Amino acid sequence: MSELPLNLALDIALTVNGEQVRERVEARKTLVDFLRDDLGLTGSHVGCEHGVCGACTVRVDGEIVRGCLMLAVQCDGAMVETIEGLSDSGEIADLQLAFEQRNALQCGYCTPGMIAAAQDLLKRGGVPSRDEIRERLSGNYCRCTGYHAIIDAVESVAQARAGGKQ
Amino acid sequence: MKPAPFAYKKVRTLKEAIALLAKHKDDARLLAGGQSLIATLNMRLSAPDLLIDINGIKGLDGIARKGKFIEIGALARHSQVERSDLIAKHAPLIALAMPHIGHAAIRNRGTFGGSIAFADPAAELPACLLALGGEVVATGPKGKRTIKAENFFKGLFETALGSKDVLTAIRIPIADKNSRAGFAELARRHGDYAIVGLAAYARANGKGLSNVRLAFFGVGATPMRVRKAEAALADGDVDAAVAALDLDPDDDVQASGAVKKHLAGVLLRRVAKQLMEAR
Repeated sequence: MSELPLNLALDIALTVNGEQVRERVEARKTLVDFLRDDLGLTGSHVGCEHGVCGACTVRVDGEIVRGCLMLAVQCDGAMVETIEGLSDSGEIADLQLAFEQRNALQCGYCTPGMIAAAQDLLKRGGVPSRDEIRERLSGNYCRCTGYHAIIDAVESVAQARAGGKQ
Repeated sequence: MKPAPFAYKKVRTLKEAIALLAKHKDDARLLAGGQSLIATLNMRLSAPDLLIDINGIKGLDGIARKGKFIEIGALARHSQVERSDLIAKHAPLIALAMPHIGHAAIRNRGTFGGSIAFADPAAELPACLLALGGEVVATGPKGKRTIKAENFFKGLFETALGSKDVLTAIRIPIADKNSRAGFAELARRHGDYAIVGLAAYARANGKGLSNVRLAFFGVGATPMRVRKAEAALADGDVDAAVAALDLDPDDDVQASGAVKKHLAGVLLRRVAKQLMEAR
C-alpha cells in the first residue's frame, strides 16, 4: 500500500440532521458505521451489511439509500438525514404513532429503516394501494410482525394525510 | 463483515480515472453506484487496494436521443432511468425492466453503467441490452470504442472491458411503432435477483412477429439468447418455442436446473403474450 500516494483515511464535511459535521474517516467505513460509531446516531441499524435487509436505510440529499452500501467518504458535501433527524423534525410523527397503534413493530430493529422507506413513499403524495406499499417496502425485512400490521399503518397514514378517514 | 482497508480517490475527469486504472491495474476498482461493489467489499469477496470513485465526473449521467439511438450515460441512476420520459417512449423494454431492479433505496444509487459492467448473470439490464441489440461505449487509454452487446458479455462477471477501460455509455436502438417489448421475471421477493428472467424484443409483422430476440437471465454465466425458440416464436408457435428452449441451467441456491428450465418455459409463454399484444 505504501507506494500509493493516496489516502486510507480522508477528511469529510457534511450535514447530518441539519448539523455541520467535520470528521476524518477511514475510506473503508460505510455510512451507517460512521453514523453509529463516530456520531453516536444509533437509530440506523446494521443488519445484513450487503443491501438486502434495509435496516440501515437513511436519506442522503433527500433520497433514501442503503447506509451499508455507501461509504462515509462518499458523503463529503452531502446532506444526510437519519431516523433521529426525521423524528426530531416531526416529519414522521404520524407514522410513528400509527406503527405503535397498529402493533407494526415488535423488536423494533427494522423500524427506523421501515419508517424511512415508508415516508419516502408517502411524501410523493396520494394514497398508494396495499400492493404498492408492499412493493415499496419489499426492500425492508421485518422478522417479527409478518408485515400486515406495517402495511395497515402505512395505509392509514396515507389516507389520513390525504384527508380521508383513518 | 467490514471491508478490508483500501485507499480512495474521487476523480473529476475520465482521463484521471483511466490514468489511475492504467497505473494500478487489477489492484484498483471503479466505484460507480456501489450497490454490488460495496456489498462484495463488506463480505470481503473483493479487496482492492484502491477505489476510484467516478461519481464526480461530469457529463456521464445524461439520457439523450442521438440519431437512431438512446444514449444512457454510465452514471445514470436506475431511479433516473425509471422516471425518464425518453426511456418510456424510446426504450420501453428498459422501462418494463426497471421496477424489478432491487428496491427504491438501491435504485437511487445503482447506475445503469455499473449494472452492465458488473454483468451479474441474474441481473435484468444485461439481458435487456442483449435483447435490444444495444452497444456499450468504453473509453480507455487509446480512446473511445463501441462494443456490441452480443460481443460484450464473455462469461461469469466477465466482459469485453479491458482493465484500463471505463464504461461511459450505453446505446440502445430506439423503438418504433412496430417494435414490441416483453419482460417477466420470477423472484422470491420483489426486487431480489431473479430465479429466472426473460427480456424480449420483436418486430410486429402483420399479425405475427419477426426478428424475435429472447434473452434469458439467471440461467447461465451470461444472459442467453435462445435461437431455436426465437425461430419457433417467429413462426407463431408458442408450444414449439417452449419445447425448443435450448437452455441447460445449473442448479443454484434458488432452484434446481430442472425447475429453472420449467420456469423459463412459463416466462416464455407470458412474454410471448406481451409481444403479440399491440401496444
